[in-house]
Amino acid sequence: MLFKKGAEANLYLETWYGKKIIRKYRYKKAYRIEELDFQLRRSRTFHEAKLLLEARKIGVPTPFIYMIDVKNTSIYMDYIEGNQLKKDMNHLINKNLICEKVGEKIGLLHSNDIIHGDLTTSNIIIAKNGIIYFIDFGLGGFSSSLEDKGVDLHLIKKALESTHYKFADECFDAILTGYKRIVGAEFLQNIKVKITEIESRGRYFQR
Amino acid sequence: MKICLGIESTAHTLGIGVINSEGKILKQVQKTFIPEIGGGIHPRKAAEHHFKYARELIKEVKNSNNFNLKDINYVAFSQGPGLGVCLRVGAVIARTLHQTLNIPLIGVNHCLAHLEIGKLFCDAKDPICVYTSGGNTQIIGFDGGRYRVFGETLDIPIGNMLDVFSREAHLQHPGGPKVEKLAKLSNKFVELPYTVKGMDFSFSGLLTAAINKLEAGEKLEDMCFSIQEVSFGMLVEVTERALAHTEKNEVLLTGGVAANLRLQEMLKIMAEEHGATFYVVPKQVAGDNGAMIAWTGLLQANYRQFLKIDESNVLPKWRIDEIEIPWIN
Repeated sequence: MLFKKGAEANLYLETWYGKKIIRKYRYKKAYRIEELDFQLRRSRTFHEAKLLLEARKIGVPTPFIYMIDVKNTSIYMDYIEGNQLKKDMNHLINKNLICEKVGEKIGLLHSNDIIHGDLTTSNIIIAKNGIIYFIDFGLGGFSSSLEDKGVDLHLIKKALESTHYKFADECFDAILTGYKRIVGAEFLQNIKVKITEIESRGRYFQR
Repeated sequence: MKICLGIESTAHTLGIGVINSEGKILKQVQKTFIPEIGGGIHPRKAAEHHFKYARELIKEVKNSNNFNLKDINYVAFSQGPGLGVCLRVGAVIARTLHQTLNIPLIGVNHCLAHLEIGKLFCDAKDPICVYTSGGNTQIIGFDGGRYRVFGETLDIPIGNMLDVFSREAHLQHPGGPKVEKLAKLSNKFVELPYTVKGMDFSFSGLLTAAINKLEAGEKLEDMCFSIQEVSFGMLVEVTERALAHTEKNEVLLTGGVAANLRLQEMLKIMAEEHGATFYVVPKQVAGDNGAMIAWTGLLQANYRQFLKIDESNVLPKWRIDEIEIPWIN
């Protein structure tokens, strides 16, 4: 059953040996030429599976993976019951607390050199049991560079500004508070400078 | 019925357009600075070009049969973003008309004007806008009183990337149309870096790799084909995600690179897959022009967004997401 139609993949709710699972299928894009299309879909499927697994190992909740089918660009993983942070954000009472927790998890990823690559509030799920899950690592990678970590944080900041603009600043500050708990004050300072630098590179940034 | 005269001078084009509040263009004239082969737009030379042709264009507008100069109610100019020296030429013309005709002066954001003229001519209501030209590449959508930038280039715009590549390949400026023509002769894909970071994209690595591969002996046609496939692929992918994220049902392509047929085709396929309507701005108002400034000036005039002369300094780095938009609910 089609569970969710995404911009690059469809999620199917299926049964896997009696267990409810999600099959994430990266579908063909007719607008891209075949060669480029398959190459992108294959590498993203592979990378995503690898990153989901690595993140889980270091204590960042991600769906458990049952099978990877690289040829058919599909990942079979746990079905998590809950809501996207994007949907919950506007009526959360404990926004700051949740954002701090999100920040801690990003800190964990980054201190283990894992880059999410697409940090938006659509890619964070609050499960029914309160656990914060990270999904959709398709654009992620491994990197120790401050630049890549800075871009990751810049992305969540921009995602907040474009969809939750009423309390974007407050939420981003809370994320950084949680982040600091994991990475320490010195690293936080460095990354803040980096984020400013990344923003200043954008076209027509007001100086 | 109100009439507005708009002046555009952000980069290589000096344009003057006159439009009425029904959206009818009464007059549109322009002169474009063309750099010598192997060069780009030299800001000072472009500004000198604008100064040289300013009187001629004004005269042409004055001699129009459609209206009298004294029928004009407002004068608008592109206040930014753009090349400072070029913007100043337009500002000087606008201030002069403001004083001599004794009509209100309006400062218009160039990017906003590209979107608004696109919406007018395509009759689009609330699109995801793909605004890409020699100076800008942004994915924009309206939300909560402002146009929000969902994705943009982290370094150079697509048009600039195409221009610099074609300059390296010894093609005449502007490079986009030449690259498009050569790309049609090939279907051999050469691998190039595909850089999407979240909702943003980057073209500088692609540019360097393409130049290196060309120098290493790859055929120019193959490189043109591959550059288009990769860079447009990145742009369409981010547009698709903005469309999915905002759940809007229109896509509007605007700006100078909108003329590229392959880009149009890719966006159309993507939009249709999502059940969205694809619009492309008509050629006459796709590139930089005065009519779009005039039209946006009219929209702003309804909210009396008039400038005093000492508020009319140019804003070379003015972002679209800084502006409150009162005319959209």
